[in-house]
Amino acid sequence: MHATDIQTLRTLIAKHKRYDILFGIIGLLATLVGVITLLALFIDLVMGGYGRLTPEFFTNFPSRRAEEAGILSAWVGTILVMLVTVAAAVPMGIAGAVYLEEYAPKNWVTDLIEINVTNLAGVPSIVYGLLALGLFVYILDFGQSILSAGLTLALLILPVIIVATRESLRAIPVAIREAAYALGATRWQMVSDHLIPYSMGGILTGVIIGMARAIGETAPIITIGALTFIAFLPPLPGTIDPARNMPAGPFDWLFSPFTVLPIQMFNWVSRPQAAFLENAAATGIVIIVATLAMNALAIWLRYRIRKNIKW
Amino acid sequence: MDNFPTLSAGVVMNTQAHRLSEKKLRKVKEKAIETLLFLAAFSAVATTTAIVAILLYEASGFFEHVSIVEFLTNTQWTPMFENPQYGILPLLSGTLVTTGVALAVAVPIGVIVAIYLSEFAPHKVRETVKPFLELLEGVPTVVYGYFALLFVTPLLQIFMPNLPGFNMLGPGIVIGIMIIPYVSSVSEDAMRAVPMSLREGSYAMGATRFQTAVNVVFPASISGVLAAFILGISRAVGETMVVAVAAGQQPNFTWNPSEPAATITAYIVQVAMGDLPHGSIAYQSIFAAGLVLVLMTLVFNILGHMLRRRFREAY
Repeated sequence: MHATDIQTLRTLIAKHKRYDILFGIIGLLATLVGVITLLALFIDLVMGGYGRLTPEFFTNFPSRRAEEAGILSAWVGTILVMLVTVAAAVPMGIAGAVYLEEYAPKNWVTDLIEINVTNLAGVPSIVYGLLALGLFVYILDFGQSILSAGLTLALLILPVIIVATRESLRAIPVAIREAAYALGATRWQMVSDHLIPYSMGGILTGVIIGMARAIGETAPIITIGALTFIAFLPPLPGTIDPARNMPAGPFDWLFSPFTVLPIQMFNWVSRPQAAFLENAAATGIVIIVATLAMNALAIWLRYRIRKNIKW
Repeated sequence: MDNFPTLSAGVVMNTQAHRLSEKKLRKVKEKAIETLLFLAAFSAVATTTAIVAILLYEASGFFEHVSIVEFLTNTQWTPMFENPQYGILPLLSGTLVTTGVALAVAVPIGVIVAIYLSEFAPHKVRETVKPFLELLEGVPTVVYGYFALLFVTPLLQIFMPNLPGFNMLGPGIVIGIMIIPYVSSVSEDAMRAVPMSLREGSYAMGATRFQTAVNVVFPASISGVLAAFILGISRAVGETMVVAVAAGQQPNFTWNPSEPAATITAYIVQVAMGDLPHGSIAYQSIFAAGLVLVLMTLVFNILGHMLRRRFREAY
């Protein structure tokens, strides 16, 4: 080979090696865009709202005066709505997943269900709000209540729980099922005594991710007509219902008007005054800490489960 | 079996009958449980049906008052005015412009991240970075709205002094960053599905990592990457709170991202915030808008899933 040929070949190789390194750097930077955004968002929120995170902020009702306003009705509302959501979505989600994974015959009905589960995960959340407005609020006449909101969010996170449960059911080896059958267990005994307990970790992860998503959801709850200014607590059992001036029944709170944290934040961020923006940022910190903590918990749980289980 | 020790013939007959009835009971119970489980799974179908039925029902009330031609061609959307106009085009343009901005951010960054994570990143980097990307998806959208309005837009105003406080550029960029993890994880899955032998073939011909990634892996995974784009589009189209907070909620028929505008989703939120009488045209109009939204996302979702299945079956 001629000497100059080797020379050009070497420069060519060097050039392409440089491209490799260059792309390694660009790729890392692109990956860091997300991390940097997350940091900027968090710092922005903390700088904007840290001053408002006093104990009174959590124990005051919203108010026309920004300095006196708090998120009491919002965080209580969020917790109550979550209670309804979990109570409805967890049993439904697990049951649906068990059916699809362990019972479903291979036919068109099963295919239809599968397609719908996949599709529902891609439906924009505000559409669930429209469904709830028509169905829960008006046709079933639950009103603009905690019950309507909780059921709406339950429908929203159902696909998340179904997918997570199915994944962990699928990870259980067939031998476990065969062993249970060999001992004379019926299908349901096998499912309830073996499969569900063994897949609890995966199910829990799915439930936590679903809840983290539901806590931050704003659009569907606004759509069903949640109010933004609520200066009272729902009539919890054991308290006096101020509207009727008698002790509240055990289920009265389900039908109470309410507000939740993200709606409170939306309300404050839509106002021009700087003092309310500060409240919005403080509410944002509360929401983001709650959701990120739940997401982190789920990621950690999944990691641990993956590490520990070896069939 | 309590009477086990006294094995007279009658008892044996008795336990046998008892066993048979127990078995029958067991079968009934099993069947009942299976039916319950089926109903839970079938609720997915019921939900879809209910969504379509409610949207069609309420929208049909709307279309009794407004012709479909006016709905699709009028360039004014002013249902709250004295002389209401019902043209979906301004909401559609707002939706498409914010989605376009979001894609302009998410597609290049998402693909680079996917190539980097699948072909370049050391195992350790990937395991550390991916949870962070997942967290990015976990941030509530109303918080992103605050971020777009009070951080990104002021930042952009440094470079574009004429940018109004409400605009589509800021929220578009934020939605783009928001869907990066989505685009990158679906694309990465597609790239990882490319068989190792293709890469080895490329290396054997003397290609570098970058050449292999761009000339072999990327083309081989193209249908999966396209699926990622399309699923990303359907996410961006349905995004609500970021635009409702930061884009101005004012229907505006324009293709200029630096102007304020409303999207389909922002309009629904805006109307729902007010106290609308049930059954009025404005109330029904949000269902008509919702119907358009569902049709758009449905088309994108079906396309995306078809493409995704294609890359799964390719090898």
